[in-house]
Order: sequence, then C-alpha cells, then structure tokens
Amino acid sequence: MPTVWFMIVSVMIAAYVVLDGFDLGAGIIYLGAARTTDERRKILRSIGPVWDGNEVWLLAAGGTLYFAYPQLYASAFSGFYLPLMMVLWLLMLRGIGIELRSQMENPVWQGFFDVVFCLSSALLAIFFGAALGNVIRGVPLRPDGYFFEPLWTNFRLGPHPGILDWYTILAGVVALVTLTAHGALYVTLKTDGELGGRARKLALTVWPLQLVLTLVSLVATWFVRPSIKENYLAYPIGFLIPLVVFASLGLMFVAIRRGKELQAFLASCVYITGMLVGAVFALYPVVLPASTDPAYNLTIYNSAAGHHGLSVGLVWWTLGMILSLGYFVFVYRMFRGKVRLETESAAADVGPGDGPPHHVQGRAQSPIR
Amino acid sequence: MDSALLVHRLHFAFTVTFHYLFPQLTMGLAPLIVVLKTLALRRNDELYNQAARFWARIFGINFIMGVVTGIPMEFQFGTNWSHFSRFAGGVIGQTLAMAGMFAFFLESAFLGLFLYGEKRLSPKAHWWSAVAVCAGSWLSGFFIVATDAWMQNPVGYAKSADGSVQLSSFWELVLNPWAWWQYAHNMSGAVITGAFAMASVGAFYLLWGQYKEHGRIFVRVGVVAGLIFAVLQLFPTGDGQGRMVAHNQPTTLAAMEALFESAPGAPLVLIGQPDVPQRKIDNPVILPKMLSFLTYRRWEAEVKGLNAFPPDTWPDNIPLLYYTYHMMVGLGTIFIATMVIAALLLWRGTLFNARWMLWILLLSLPFPYIANTAGWITAEIGRQPWLVYGLMRTSDGYSKLVSAGNGLFTLLGFMGMYTVLGILFLFLVRREIESGPTTQPGTAH
Repeated sequence: MPTVWFMIVSVMIAAYVVLDGFDLGAGIIYLGAARTTDERRKILRSIGPVWDGNEVWLLAAGGTLYFAYPQLYASAFSGFYLPLMMVLWLLMLRGIGIELRSQMENPVWQGFFDVVFCLSSALLAIFFGAALGNVIRGVPLRPDGYFFEPLWTNFRLGPHPGILDWYTILAGVVALVTLTAHGALYVTLKTDGELGGRARKLALTVWPLQLVLTLVSLVATWFVRPSIKENYLAYPIGFLIPLVVFASLGLMFVAIRRGKELQAFLASCVYITGMLVGAVFALYPVVLPASTDPAYNLTIYNSAAGHHGLSVGLVWWTLGMILSLGYFVFVYRMFRGKVRLETESAAADVGPGDGPPHHVQGRAQSPIR
Repeated sequence: MDSALLVHRLHFAFTVTFHYLFPQLTMGLAPLIVVLKTLALRRNDELYNQAARFWARIFGINFIMGVVTGIPMEFQFGTNWSHFSRFAGGVIGQTLAMAGMFAFFLESAFLGLFLYGEKRLSPKAHWWSAVAVCAGSWLSGFFIVATDAWMQNPVGYAKSADGSVQLSSFWELVLNPWAWWQYAHNMSGAVITGAFAMASVGAFYLLWGQYKEHGRIFVRVGVVAGLIFAVLQLFPTGDGQGRMVAHNQPTTLAAMEALFESAPGAPLVLIGQPDVPQRKIDNPVILPKMLSFLTYRRWEAEVKGLNAFPPDTWPDNIPLLYYTYHMMVGLGTIFIATMVIAALLLWRGTLFNARWMLWILLLSLPFPYIANTAGWITAEIGRQPWLVYGLMRTSDGYSKLVSAGNGLFTLLGFMGMYTVLGILFLFLVRREIESGPTTQPGTAH
C-alpha cells in the first residue's frame, strides 16, 4: 500500500511540474520573447485560462502527500521552512501578476506586473529545482524525524548542509533551463508570427545548454549520492529511464528544427517526466534521505499513514482523479488552438495549423484584455 | 506562554483570518450569481446577464485573492504545525486531500470557463459552468469545515503505537455531526456576506442615481437571500451549533457566556465586561434563566460554570472569546432585523424610494465580515487549550524546530504582503463598482 501511494504522489508531482512548468516557463521567457504589448497579451492569454488549474496540482499533490505520508509532510515542510515561505510569497506575487495586470490599461501598471510575473516565475523554477536537489542530496534529519535547514551554511556538502549548496544550486539552474525550454515550446505551440518564431529560436538556443546540464547533473548526482545506482543495478529495467530522457531530448531538437511544435512540446513533457522518474526511482523506498545517518532516513514505511486510511483513500482518489482528468480534457479542448487577439483581422490569421474557424474569428475570450 | 508558540499561533490566526475574508464572499456570491444567471435564462433579459457579468467580475478578483491567500493555509499545517500534522495527519489528511481532489480541481477548471468562456459556450453551458464553480466552492467549504470539525470533535480515529492517531472509520469522519452543523452555519454565514454585499452595491447605485435598474435587481436579490439566510443563521443552524458546543465542549460554553459559577436557571448575559481574576461580569445586562432554556429547553436546568472544570482546561483567552461570541450573536440579531424591515418595504413596493433604508443597506457591508470572523474566532479560541479537543494541546502541536525568530520573520512578511493585497483588492473592486454593470469586458478597460 505505501508503494502504491508512493507512485501516486510521484505521478501527481510530475503532473504538476509538467503542467505548471509550461506556464512558469512562459513567465520566464515573457520579457525576453514578447516585445510588444500585443505579444505580451498573447503569452498571458495562452496560459490565462489554465494556469490556476495547473497550480491546483500543487495543492492536490501537497494534500495527497499530507494524507499518505503525514510524517514526511511534517518533517519536510517544517525543515524547509524559510524557502517554502518564500515559495508561497512568489506564488502569490505571480498569481496576482497574471490576474491583476489586465485590470488596468495603463503602461506603468502593466509594466510593473510584467516584471513581477517574469521574475517570480524564474525564481520559482530555481526554488523548485533546489528543493528537488535537497531531497536527492539529503537533509540533516535528527533521530526524532525532524530537521531545520538554514538557507545556506558553507555551500558545501556534508552532514549539515544548507538549503543552498553547489549541488542544489546546480539543480536550480537545471530546473530554470528546463522550464525555459518547456515554456518556450509551449509559447511556440500556442502562438505564431514573430512571437512564435522568437520562442522557437529561444528553445533552440537553450537546447545545447540543456544537454550539457543534463549530463552534468547526472554525474553530480552520482557523486553526491553514490547509492543511486543500487536500485538501477537491482532493477536493470530502470536504465530505460536515462535512455528515455536522452531520446526525448534528442527528439525535442529534431522536432523544433522541423517545425513540429506539438511533438517538440510533448518531447519536453517526456523529458521532464523522465528526469523526475529517474530521481524517484533511485530514491525508492526512501522519501527523504538523512545526511546525518542513513538510519534516520524517512522511508515510505516509517512515514506513511495508517493502512485503513490509505485503503479508503484509494477509492476516493481514483474517483476524484477521473473527474479531474475529465475537467482538464474539457477545458484544454475549449481553449485549444493558437491564441488570437480581437484586434487582429480574421483574414490575416488563417495559416497552417490553425484551429477550427470559430477560433480564427478572434472570439477567444480570456482574462487578458 | 512560550514565545515560539505565540508566534506560530499568531501566524496561523493572521493568515487564516485574512484568507477567510475572501472565500466567504466567493461561497456567498456563487449561488447568487447562479440565481442571476437563472433569471437571465428564464426571462431572456439582458439586464440580468449584465448583472451576472458584473458580479462575476468582482467574483473573479475576489476568487484570485482567495486562491493566493489559501495556498499558505495548506502549507502551514506542515511548516508551522508539524507536530500536529504528524499526530493527526493520518485522519485529517483525508479531508484536506479530498478538498484538493474534489473541490479545488472542479472550481479552478470551471472558473476559467465561467469567467472567460461566455462567448465560446451556449447560454445553457455557461449556466452549467456557473453551477460547477458554485458546487466546487461549496464542496471545498465542506472539506475544510470537516477538517476543523474533527479538531473540535474528534471521531472515527484510533490511536496507533507511535502515538499518532489514524483513521478507523471514514464515514464517521465525513458524517461527524459537528461537521454538518458547523458547515450549515458557516455556509449560511457566507451567503449573508454575499447577500449584504449585493444589496449594499445595489443601494449605492440607487442612492447615486446611476445604473438604477441594475441596482434594483441587486437590492431585490440581496434582500430576499439576506432575509432567508439571516433567519437560517439563527435557527436551526446557530441553535444546533450552540447545543453541539454545550454538549461536547461544556467548558467552552461556560467561557463563551462568561458563566463563572454553575447555576440552575442560568441567565443569558447580553452586555457586560468579564473580569476573569475576580470571576464576575461588570455592568451586566441579562435575560434571567434564558441560557438554561436555550441550552436545555428547560428554564430551571443547571448549566455548568467554569468552576466545574479544572482551570488548566479553560480557554486561555476568555474575554476575547466572550466578546467575539457576543459580537457574532449581536450582529446576527441585527441582520435579521435589518433584512425583515427591508423585506417588508420591498414587499410593499417602497424600498427603492426609502432612502434611509438604502443608506442602512449601503453601510451594513462590513458587518457580515465582522460577524463571520468573530464566529470563527469563537470556534478556534473556544477550543483552546486544545488543538484537537481532548487529545492534543495547542502547546504540543507547533513546529518545535522553527524558532520564534524565523516564525516572526515570515509573519511580518505575510503582514506586508497582505497589506498590499488588501489595498489592491479594494482599489480594483472600487473601480469595478464605479465603472458599473453595463461595461462590457474587453471594451472599456
């Protein structure tokens, strides 16, 4: 039972990173890729109807984590106290940045929220990456299962590291670059014209960096946590994961070059999922390794909720998931196709890859006015 | 009191109090917007559509404030109250996770369609999206209240070997009688906020002499809904909730009423200032024997006073508890009176010309917020010194490794952040109200 929930929580976290990842990424490239007011509107419109739903995955994954592994939730959330609070502030700033910007047609107002949106998106990507880095590297757990990590100590590994050391900073940079590419590919997919072209070019420029960072992070992880190889050696099928990661990265490049926007975006989704699955596969059954003593590791066994609760949860979780997937498919279908602004003439819009006619007529309603 | 404990309590109290200013309007307006949409469909009248769109815009701003201030609530269970989470997560993780799976997904998915999809959807489909948003917000309310209800009246759990509690009966948890009374009382309170807000804005338009047709709709819907739910707030929901407290938390009842000594035929104190060290009430205005009657339906019934319980189980802030409880009840009574008079005038067809009553409706806007907040403070302060009633003390539940200094740092950060959010909210809602219900989205601004 704890293993089932381990998989469920992992899937939910991966869904969050893939989904909210593209709107975070759209935020990261926002100031760079979109030059005119109309282009900025287009980016915001492309994520407007979905970003909040994407962020709910964080809440739902958090809630499920709390439900399945209360001990892990308690330890990790109190131990990562300061960075989590900062993540909260950034999430808030970003949410109001997206939603309140369109409330006033004033360049000063909009300029302010543009910067808020872009900066908070970039910082969130780095924070999430660093958080994952912390989980892989391990935290100074005490015998009672709690810890408290300061933001930084000496930036080195050791039994008492800070939230930020060279490894977690590296993880943050990997996340930043990955989500930049992810967001750029989403914007390429959802927009056209100069903006779409610029986003595509950005994804191409970032690609070599992404490749190098993937390799570096792999080597660094091997160095930081040599025990990751154990699960892979025990279950050699796991070696498929890095294979998938590199294959999707390669496919991404080819697809961008050939202008296959959807393929490129999906490849990026697979890449992100692969990276996360690779990490999770290596950790299992540990959920939070201790840098102090492996005996203090939090595992799926010593941090799980009671058996009855987990069994009952399986019933309602399945039901809830089916319902939620239904809503998601429905909403994404409603807002499918390239983003159009009312100001653009319908005739100029018709082009390859356009959605059904009613989209072309510029009737898309979205928060971004 | 340990200063770290104090900081963590203030941290949660501040963030949850500020947060709940928004969901109460979300949950209160949602059904009223459905009413407006239904009237628009039935009567095929554009006026009602404009009215619905106007409130949807305010709903949208309000909703986003609720979302951004809501995320920290879930996080704080882990960050600031980790010992509590470890202790009780095996039970309340159920309701919290269900809130995400069943309510937040529903709400957020259909909110986008509801706010921005009107031109893509048929009127019927758009009506359904409004219903879905309403259902999502009311479901989230249930799961959150059920979580709190378990802390007030723990059921369906079993103690496990490591000292934590784990779920033993799902249905006992979900069918906790406390949860259903509290939910009914809370949702009715939310609709009161929504109804007063609608009536208040309508009264503003009528007094201003602008958008008078919309103003009449707002006042009519607001007063009718306000009357129904102000009455429901007292009976049966308030009465049921009160007797629940009397039965399960007798210490809390005694402290709420500042009843220091047990007495048969206990009086109900209307006004007065409790003096806890002297164990008396200064300047009391009382209704003799009323408390006994309300609690047990018998004039001579004995009600237990604080002296019947050990002082270390008394709520730790009796004056605050007493005042918030009395504010809630007093305001609730005033709401009924206000809405009865307004409804009478509406029935006789003179409300829209009765400027004095429109002024009262306009100025009454803040009071449902105060009453709802006071009610929640009563519930949470009343449960003290327990975090989970009878099972875990508040002083055992906070994150022991998060120092007072770290807690204060983030508390101050939240205070600053929320000040900005509050200013932005007021500024944007004021703009919406001023630019009026006839504005078309996407054309005016």
